[in-house]
Amino acid sequence: MEPLVRLKSVACALPQINIDTDQVFPARFMKEPRTPPAGYSPYLFHDVRRDAAGRHDPAFALNQPENASAKIIVARRNFGSGSSREAAVYALVDAGIRCVIAPSHGDIFAANAVNNGLLPACIDEGDAEQLLTLLAPGGIDAEVDLEAQKIRLAEREFAFRIDPVWRVRLINGWDDIDMTRRFSQHIDDWSARDAKLRPWARLHGTLLATKPVERSEPV
Amino acid sequence: MNFNASRSASGPSCLFDKLWNSHVITEREDGASLVWVDRHYLQEGSFHAFNKMRNRGEKVARPDLTVAIADHYVPTRGRGSPGIPVVLDDEISRMLNQLSTNTREFGVRLFDMDHPWQGICHVVGPELGMTLPGTLVVEGDSHTSSHGALGAWAFGVGASEVAHVLMTQTLWQKRPKRLRITVDGRLSQGVTAKDMALTIVSLVGADGAVGYAIEFAGSAVRALSIEGRLTLCNMSIECGARSGMVAPDATTLDYVRGRPFAPVGADFDRAAEQWLALASDRDATFDREIGLDAGDIVPTVTWGTTPEDALPVTATVPDPGRLHNPSKAEHVRDAIDYMGLRPGMHITDIAIDRVFIGSCTNARIEDLRSAAKVLCGRTSKVPGLVSPGSMLVKRQAEQEGLDRIFKDAGLEWGGSGCSMCVAMNGDVLEAGQRCASTTNRNFKGRQGQGSRTHLMSPAMVAAAAVAGHLVDVRQLKAGSM
Repeated sequence: MEPLVRLKSVACALPQINIDTDQVFPARFMKEPRTPPAGYSPYLFHDVRRDAAGRHDPAFALNQPENASAKIIVARRNFGSGSSREAAVYALVDAGIRCVIAPSHGDIFAANAVNNGLLPACIDEGDAEQLLTLLAPGGIDAEVDLEAQKIRLAEREFAFRIDPVWRVRLINGWDDIDMTRRFSQHIDDWSARDAKLRPWARLHGTLLATKPVERSEPV
Repeated sequence: MNFNASRSASGPSCLFDKLWNSHVITEREDGASLVWVDRHYLQEGSFHAFNKMRNRGEKVARPDLTVAIADHYVPTRGRGSPGIPVVLDDEISRMLNQLSTNTREFGVRLFDMDHPWQGICHVVGPELGMTLPGTLVVEGDSHTSSHGALGAWAFGVGASEVAHVLMTQTLWQKRPKRLRITVDGRLSQGVTAKDMALTIVSLVGADGAVGYAIEFAGSAVRALSIEGRLTLCNMSIECGARSGMVAPDATTLDYVRGRPFAPVGADFDRAAEQWLALASDRDATFDREIGLDAGDIVPTVTWGTTPEDALPVTATVPDPGRLHNPSKAEHVRDAIDYMGLRPGMHITDIAIDRVFIGSCTNARIEDLRSAAKVLCGRTSKVPGLVSPGSMLVKRQAEQEGLDRIFKDAGLEWGGSGCSMCVAMNGDVLEAGQRCASTTNRNFKGRQGQGSRTHLMSPAMVAAAAVAGHLVDVRQLKAGSM
């Protein structure tokens, strides 16, 4: 995972509450393979960024040419709520977005974001409103400093919150699996002890897939 | 970096504390804890995780604790209904085959489309006794919170976390804060667990419980069946909480006993003793508490584009002009526009085009009985689909003659799957169509591009079908069964 320490880019204002992951990435595209280089970027905000005729709606800020290079999004509360689909994060990352600033984020979205090097930066609602106002003209540069936990824009500075565990992971670009592998022996020992403490949690011998499951008669 | 050994909490603890303590393997100095996963369910969307495994040359750590169930893409039409062909388009076949190839390659058991135990994961897990009290359950699906109804710690995860669980049977977690929602008193006639859930979501807000694990408690929650508790815990995520749970009690034990994968005999008795001990201690403390009177809850529906946009069916659509919070007013204006409503109109004046009875929220046998009770001897004014939560629920409903009631009312009786809740299997609304739905999300485009969803209980959907518009089920005289 690419480390994220400081990010300087155009910041794009999406002044809506409850931008759920169905809006970020409509369910019908979840069948698609994530093929490089575009990955899932063609599906990002697919339906909400288009008008009734299917054309890019110029009123949607990410469609405006001055915001095209944005790596930062600022939204209102509850960004990424709803479905756990990591495809929503893939689409953002594949489109170059590395930070979503909002007063709150969906819990699963935020965890998925960190697993893909995308920073879910949490700010006060009042600060979010000020940022949205400042960014409204479009094409405005901002700097996100993860070490200082500050957002800088023109002469202004705003503090943001991020879970300390996530902050360290993002700054170092750490992968969870590598970390967990260092605990393999610990996991095995714990599991052996637990099997005695909670034998019922492992009573599922019949669930063992010892052979491929046969398909029944085709319909 | 230094690492601490796992610590156990001292003093009074709540249900969540006990579940947490019994699953923490180790705790890092920075606060992240490694937790053990007892049950891992997979669905068709797991292909990202399997690809990651393949790229790294990894294998599944504990296939004995991993079960795949096809639910998101399975067609509902014709399945289990002789004479009606199952139509599988190429894309859907590819998704189903992909799951079957992946599970075969990695040695994971699969209940595929044709399996008699197939159904929606969150219905099947509890129904087969795979989900047990005291277990930690995860799936790459946000409604995994449902399983908390049995006193499990259950939450949805993303694809990276699915891969992590497949490779290690563990997850890194931050300890959530604890929120207890106590509902005391008795639900009135015609008011269900769904109304309780929608009322709580509207009260707490769609992000009000982010970062919390919810314990649902109080006499009205204890009075709910496991089916009702599953509905309630299912919607925890709609107020932002990754998990919601109810302490195991006699109702839980009665439900679990005798299920295919539940422990039996003396093993069950020993387990039951541990499960009952999970209940929150009398003097346990919570980071936040909310109390509700069950008697204040009325049949509730959503009017807008997030589940927090819920109101009593007797109310009127909000007027953005009367709201002081500008961002809220903007949301209401946008939602009213998307939903094709007028500010101030009576909710009961909203005419519908379709009904859908199904999903992990409300497609268990009790839900189907409750809808059938309203529809018995009546006809639906609009077309609609009934998709049972599992093929076992379908069979049971047919034994009880519920399928006849739905078909006689003019509704389609399908097979089991996520179906029109997430509209990935071909069951979709057309743009602009309005649906009274027993599902969990009324997001823009959730039931198909441009679709309009109103969430409510199965009885309320049935009543809306009969009336052709949203209506208070208490105003329809119950038909005889």
